[in-house]
Amino acid sequence: MRAPGTLRLGAGAGFAGDRIDPAVELARRARPDYLVFECLGERTVAAGHARRIADPAAGFDPLLAARLRAVLPHCHPAGTTVVTNSGAANPEAAGECALREAGALGLDARIAVVTGDDVLELVRTIDPVVWETGTPLSEVGDELLSANAYLGAEPVAEAVASGADVVVTGRVADPALYLGPLVHEFGWAPGDHDLLGKGTLVGHLLECAGQLTGGYFADPLTKPVPDPARLGFPFADVGPDGAAVFGKPDGSGGRLDRRTCGEQLLYEVDDPAAYVTPDVVADFSDVTFTDAGTDRVAARGATGRPRPDGLKVTLGFRGGWLGEGQLSYAGPRCLDRARMAADIACERLVGVHGLPEEAVEVEYIGAGAAFRGLAAAEDPAEVRVRVSARVPTAEAAEAVGWEVESLYTNGPAGGGGARRSTTEIVAVRSCVVPREHVRPRVTVVG
Amino acid sequence: MNEGTGTPADPAGAGAAGDGASMTVDELADVRAGDKGDTLMLAVLPRDDVAFTVLERLLTADVVAAHFAPLVTGEVGRSVVRGLPALVFRLPGVLGGGVTGSAVLDGHGKTLSYHLLTLDLG
Repeated sequence: MRAPGTLRLGAGAGFAGDRIDPAVELARRARPDYLVFECLGERTVAAGHARRIADPAAGFDPLLAARLRAVLPHCHPAGTTVVTNSGAANPEAAGECALREAGALGLDARIAVVTGDDVLELVRTIDPVVWETGTPLSEVGDELLSANAYLGAEPVAEAVASGADVVVTGRVADPALYLGPLVHEFGWAPGDHDLLGKGTLVGHLLECAGQLTGGYFADPLTKPVPDPARLGFPFADVGPDGAAVFGKPDGSGGRLDRRTCGEQLLYEVDDPAAYVTPDVVADFSDVTFTDAGTDRVAARGATGRPRPDGLKVTLGFRGGWLGEGQLSYAGPRCLDRARMAADIACERLVGVHGLPEEAVEVEYIGAGAAFRGLAAAEDPAEVRVRVSARVPTAEAAEAVGWEVESLYTNGPAGGGGARRSTTEIVAVRSCVVPREHVRPRVTVVG
Repeated sequence: MNEGTGTPADPAGAGAAGDGASMTVDELADVRAGDKGDTLMLAVLPRDDVAFTVLERLLTADVVAAHFAPLVTGEVGRSVVRGLPALVFRLPGVLGGGVTGSAVLDGHGKTLSYHLLTLDLG
């Protein structure tokens, strides 16, 4: 049951590689007014630009077509509007993709595309200070691939207002994908700081989808989650006053309660009193959750202060290449043999291949690697040595996996299961640009 | 609410635990890890009000900084969120280089929530 006058927002994806079937279940069983697919991390947009440089028709989420094929047959007849940032580095091409998919399904769909987040030329002109280096952009040596400003809810609201069935954007702040429909439907104004804070809370809790319903939460002992293989994705019923009740489809797996909501409220939040978005500085410090039935939780207490003058920008740079190789050792003295293997590989990477010593990283998986040396296991049953290096060229990166693999016949006894890979890295940094220089645009196609 | 700070070099309060038997964070709370650049964020959610009272007193920024030394490169910050309730810690430098700047497997530091759970409160 949903309260009259509320708007139902569903979380269809929480990252670019997220599952598709929970979104179908949500569309069918919960029949949300809006189904939102958040598919764009900082790395994802920069990596998309790297793909677009290689192929001008690429750069948007490769799973967009599959997602739309799966949900549009349920969304279109129910009047559910799809909103997604899957446009990534190429929203126009994503819009064409959406139009093609809808057409192939025999649906007469209207697609709205939000652009204007691409500020590559702007940052080249105004040369902002890069946060991580503390220097002007022009003094950063690496090749700049992309610059994308975080747009807010306003262009999303405008796109929704066009009557679109599918809204495709590039870089938009994750919560703004949810806030946009609320701004449109309830007529919230840019000065309604508390309402925007409440809507941002809704977006923040939903944006990681399954992380609100038991994903990234489950622990067999302390936090059991029922039927996790069928984890249901969440929705929120939001009123014109910003009051929200969260739920998940009846019969789906997972759990949604005050504990799952509490963890997600604080996820990636460095200051709960100042959660900064392009739309508002939201204050979550007085948020409380109350049970509102089985797998139903009411949230209240979010407020807001005026938005910042600048917009955060994600900068993507060519970051060289990552080469890696892994090999397992087990049983008596396995950690000693893994260390010997790593020593040999490192000596040869430096001596034979000329890699700088400081570029090479060694981890002993199973013996404390994840905790970065804070808590090492001294006598593991087995250990997997991983040697990796960030280097300027593909050739040097390739040498890393090669040297680990060659330990099969040249290294310590009993090494098995070698794997190697070489991948190009896009390094991500940040800066701020004045808001007035960024011009979002909405284009309707179909 | 944005209160304590501490450094790994100054683990004051580490010996301030109550009497009784040894007790870890794992027995009192859940922890969720998040990342922003090379800063690791850890949200500590006590399982009940008694656990919150104990953790608010014993799980100081200094104690957490010491537990993550020598990876922490700056002041550890702690915020208290009373409505939940919860404690939020910010640990600068732990993720050295962040997800696109470091070659280590878990660049996000998502596994590190469970390192905080092993912290012995005495």
